[in-house]
Amino acid sequence: MSAIETFALEKTYSVGFWRKRPKCALRPLTLTVEEGEIFGYLGPNGAGKTTTLKLLMGLIFPTTGSAKILGMALDDPRMKAQVGFQPEQPYFYDYLTAHELLHYYAQISGIPAGDRKRRVESVLQRVGLGDVSPKLQLRKFSKGMSQRVGIAQAIIHDPKLVFLDEPMSGLDPMGRREVRDLIQSLKDEGKTIFFSTHILADAEALCDRVAVLDKGELRGVGVVADLTSKVQGKFEVVWQGGSALRALFDLGAECYMTGDIGRAVVREVILNAAIDELRRNGAQIISINPVRATLEDYFVERLTAEVQEVAQ
Amino acid sequence: MTARIKSIAFNTFREAVRDRVLYNLIVFALLMVASSVLFGQISIGIERLILVNLGLTAISVFGIVIAIFIGIGLVSKEIEKRTLYTVLARPVRRWEFIVGKFFGLTGTLVVNAFFMAVGFFLALLVVVHRFETRDGWLLVALYFIVLQFVIITAVTLFFSTFSSPLLSAVFTLAIVVIGTFAEDLRAFAAMMHGVPRWIAMAAAHVVPNFASLNVISTVAHGNGVAGSLIGLNTLYAVLYAGAAIAGAIIIFERRNLK
Amino acid sequence: MKPRRRITVIFGTMLLLCISGAAFLLAPLDRVRARTTEEEALYIPSAAVLKKASLGYTGLMADIYWTRAVQYYGRRHVDGMATYPLLYQLLDISTTLDPQLLVAYQFGSIFLSQKSPSGAGQPDKAAQLVERGIAANPSDWTLYYNLGFIYYDMGAYREASEVFLRGSQVPNANPALHVLAATTAEKGGNPETARLLWTKIYETSSAESVRKNALQHLIALKIDEEVPTLERLVRKFRESTGRTPSNFEEMVAAGWLTDVPVDPTGQIYRLLPDGRVELQSPEKKPYVHFGLPGGPSEPQTDTAP
Repeated sequence: MSAIETFALEKTYSVGFWRKRPKCALRPLTLTVEEGEIFGYLGPNGAGKTTTLKLLMGLIFPTTGSAKILGMALDDPRMKAQVGFQPEQPYFYDYLTAHELLHYYAQISGIPAGDRKRRVESVLQRVGLGDVSPKLQLRKFSKGMSQRVGIAQAIIHDPKLVFLDEPMSGLDPMGRREVRDLIQSLKDEGKTIFFSTHILADAEALCDRVAVLDKGELRGVGVVADLTSKVQGKFEVVWQGGSALRALFDLGAECYMTGDIGRAVVREVILNAAIDELRRNGAQIISINPVRATLEDYFVERLTAEVQEVAQ
Repeated sequence: MTARIKSIAFNTFREAVRDRVLYNLIVFALLMVASSVLFGQISIGIERLILVNLGLTAISVFGIVIAIFIGIGLVSKEIEKRTLYTVLARPVRRWEFIVGKFFGLTGTLVVNAFFMAVGFFLALLVVVHRFETRDGWLLVALYFIVLQFVIITAVTLFFSTFSSPLLSAVFTLAIVVIGTFAEDLRAFAAMMHGVPRWIAMAAAHVVPNFASLNVISTVAHGNGVAGSLIGLNTLYAVLYAGAAIAGAIIIFERRNLK
Repeated sequence: MKPRRRITVIFGTMLLLCISGAAFLLAPLDRVRARTTEEEALYIPSAAVLKKASLGYTGLMADIYWTRAVQYYGRRHVDGMATYPLLYQLLDISTTLDPQLLVAYQFGSIFLSQKSPSGAGQPDKAAQLVERGIAANPSDWTLYYNLGFIYYDMGAYREASEVFLRGSQVPNANPALHVLAATTAEKGGNPETARLLWTKIYETSSAESVRKNALQHLIALKIDEEVPTLERLVRKFRESTGRTPSNFEEMVAAGWLTDVPVDPTGQIYRLLPDGRVELQSPEKKPYVHFGLPGGPSEPQTDTAP
């Protein structure tokens, strides 16, 4: 059973006060996410990522089309018990503490009373808030802390599927690392993660598969490993010293020097000529590596490609 | 189901109470007690009259304002900010949310009224030195004021499901004003003819009837309130609030959250 | 969406039931309230205080109090109560808040001054009210009808005539005022004058209740004319034929009448064996003196002749 299946899920808004003009936020989307995978939902701002998430969470209603989550319809309350959602920049009740909020959410999610305290403690620990004062009100939390509370409330009821909307936003590098590790550990527990982001580096590091969305339209779906394994036929050469810059430039390489260290990206055909040049000019070669395609390449390519049918 | 509703209600109450609303109440109560000392200068007979009129009217008016503002703060604002997303993502039904909110808000206002009443009775004690049997009717007046709060909370909730916080406040305030003159509106409508009459009559019967919930002058003069009025008013308030909540649920069920 | 549909049906039904339930409760609530509203009316502050309290919305408040005055009168009249102690106060407030509320003066001139049970029996207060109205609306000559009527009704024909004269001197005043001044001075109370006065009141009043009242008076005047005329005719018939007619059809057949006589409301007059003419449904025709069962009533000063 797929974790998520959408069938031509579409959302169009009528905008305007007097004459209603239709504005399409999401064109008919047909997508499948398998259980146990980390699925990245990529796209520039305004692409329709949050719209998709809101549709799947039942916060807005589709204009046409439908979807199933864990085999159940979108309005099935049993479905919600197995799903967690962290919205982008979540707002919480200002005057509650993190503990109270999580207790409240645990209550609503149907976690039995005896279990709640333990779960709250453990989930706070897990998101790195184990030391937070039980008296500190949420309105006093920093952005990073709020973000972590957001994740905590999404997983406290141990859902099978977790939706995260821009989980890394507002976090410092340490924080981002921690969240990355957390997502990985969630996958290790057998959960399915669906997260949307516009930071490709994170997606590349974490995701099994990605989808690219632009202007409400699905532009491509692919397996990350496949997409980044392509070698582009270029090599990166790193050296120290020497005065080979001019010569390499003449060969047609992109190169620059930072202090004593030089870097160049050369096409395969001129690799040997480049190495010779460097040696002739007294440079000390440090490393030679093939350049791999990045997710960014795939992303940009998909965004600029002609609109076409996308196969699963 | 009831567990979730209770949970939402309790959380709403907690949020409201921490929202510094309680502080105004205490301030009000203290003001009442303080001002009663001033009345000590005038003759005893009018003193009680003024205190009851002023005190109960203040409780009513402040209470209505507080009802509207907590109401929009806890519902309309919640819908507009996105605190609602994480709640509705859980296995709670939208209608449970509305019902829970309603009970939480009503609970807050009842507690509110309780503290104000305590301040009021303290002030009364300072002024008349001893309670009499006729002071029991003051409790009925207070009960009616609470019924007003219940209706207004339901109406605020109703408007919150589809309007911005500001518009909800404005609409509710408008309904409160019209409802105060509902009796007169019905009399006006009865004097009209033809199609406008039907429209006016319909409007006059749909607007909440606040006039019957105001017995402040009566109890200020030490008179009693008919038992039938108590019963009818209670039933009316329950039915009217029920209608407003039902309307709120129907709208909220369909609402696309921005 | 099945669950959503169910929710809509359940709560839609609840909405309809509750709101109609609430609306139906309003009638009994109003009834219970009516008693307390009366007491509350006693707590009305003075007109001046109310004016300040209206925060400038005096027009609306005036309309509200005017409506309450009408309701007050109507309710008490229907309930069979014979006194209207608060009527003056309510009208006073309405006209203080809006001195140009002509309809309030007109209403007061009739229902404050008339004797109970159809009025408060306070002609002096009524006169006071209308004089204030005249002072606030100097170019409105219709109010003189109302003021004049109050004195006329009391039998104070000289004062009434003076009032009509004053009125006739207002620019563009209706000539009828002049006529009334003259006839009242000359003949005091007589049916013609009364008829003219009531007609003018009917024409110039915008209050439904006042017009209805004027109409009732006009009908009564007509009946008070027709009944004695018919009875005279019956006596003549008896003198002429030597027998009392048993009904009007006989007189029609004998050519004394063209048709069976009908009162202004369209109901047939009845001829009694003793030659008296009687009204049908006399309870619907107030202010009548002749044609009542049990004989004519004493001429009273709450209507014309």
